[in-house]
Amino acid sequence: MIAIVDYGMGNVASVSTAFRRLGYDVLLTDKLDDLEQATHIILPGVGSFQAAVQEIDDRGLREPLQRLAKEKPFLGICLGMQLLFTEGYEGGISSGLDIIPGTVEKIKTDYLLPHIGWNALNITIDNKPFKSFQDKHVYFVHSFEAKTNSNFLVATTDYGTDVPAIVQKGNVFGIQFHPEKSGEVGIEILKAFLQAG
Amino acid sequence: MIVKRIIPCLDVKEGKVVKGTNFVSLRELGDPVDMASSYSKNGADEIIFLDISATNEGRQTMVDIVKETAEKVFVPFTVGGGVRTIDDVTRLLKAGADKVGMNSAAVTNPELITESASRFGSQCIVVAIDAKLYDDGWHVMTYGGSKDTGIDAIKWAQTAEQKGAGEILLTSVDTDGVKDGFDLELTQAVVDAVRIPVIASGGCGKPEHFSEVFKKTDVSAALAASIFHENTFSIEEVKENCKSQGVNIREAGLL
Repeated sequence: MIAIVDYGMGNVASVSTAFRRLGYDVLLTDKLDDLEQATHIILPGVGSFQAAVQEIDDRGLREPLQRLAKEKPFLGICLGMQLLFTEGYEGGISSGLDIIPGTVEKIKTDYLLPHIGWNALNITIDNKPFKSFQDKHVYFVHSFEAKTNSNFLVATTDYGTDVPAIVQKGNVFGIQFHPEKSGEVGIEILKAFLQAG
Repeated sequence: MIVKRIIPCLDVKEGKVVKGTNFVSLRELGDPVDMASSYSKNGADEIIFLDISATNEGRQTMVDIVKETAEKVFVPFTVGGGVRTIDDVTRLLKAGADKVGMNSAAVTNPELITESASRFGSQCIVVAIDAKLYDDGWHVMTYGGSKDTGIDAIKWAQTAEQKGAGEILLTSVDTDGVKDGFDLELTQAVVDAVRIPVIASGGCGKPEHFSEVFKKTDVSAALAASIFHENTFSIEEVKENCKSQGVNIREAGLL
């Protein structure tokens, strides 16, 4: 069973639909017992970094999520990806889950923000199964980006600057775009995470 | 780099996709969820539903359509039409819409934009502007393009951005239905006036009109309805034409 952490940050229905379509049992939950039972943990989220951290802390999920990220395949999507990092600067400075070292800062670009729309992936490591997604388009909606060591980058996208699109540290993955809104390619990327994790 | 988006628009009345919004000779074309699903499989980068229902039952049906679409369609979709209050915005986003469009209600009460954007984020708030050219410039038209508000459309686009809109859906009342191409002049004027993405709408009659608006203006996306619904042209044909003209588009299809 895949647990999708439902902590009050945005609509998680389409994320769960995408995993169901791949044939997995999915549970939307903010209960620790469910998260302990799950084979995979998905941390989605839309909204501001600071508000999300507050929601996680209010539910007492900070420490459990940090621990579970060491134990099982873990995927952060969009804001959920940003929360994996040490610190975020959206809505003031707040502490992230610090699972991957780095900060979350406003994108510095001459182009329009938010970065909304379909953009191409540049796979930065020679890594199956992700290599096959080179130049594929996926759907982004965000204004902030992860600043992290290039060791943790799997893919970036060009928006006047190289924006991290997929990050990885061991069994923990982060996806900045919305795989659940990225057509067939997005579904294949979720499949790649499930196979890699 | 980010691609130019190609967006089919579905006019929905009492739960069915209909042709034309000018109430004179509405013709049912099919089921909105089926049509949206088919467009997304054929490479649509996004789908827009415009609810033109006249009844409360019709509006409720739209919420059900949104829920079903969120289950079956894996590209972003926007719902507009009849959005009057923050409750309408909340209901549609909760049902699974990625973005909500507002038109006349935003003109009457611009605070609706601010209230919606601060609660849900600018990225999901689309302000739709229907504009028509007069001697002193483009005016904002409301109530389906029929009522002249006297408001300057370019200034209104800037106000909408300041109030928190994440995107402008710009329809030219002058070119809408004429099928002779998008309103290039209006489109570029609005694109130049704001720092948020603009979707051009109104006037598309063939694939070349998409590549034209993308090459001659800096618009982010363009929308068409009838050329797709009547199977005159497919989304693939539009994308092929854009590609041949050097427009950066998303290649539809599988891995």
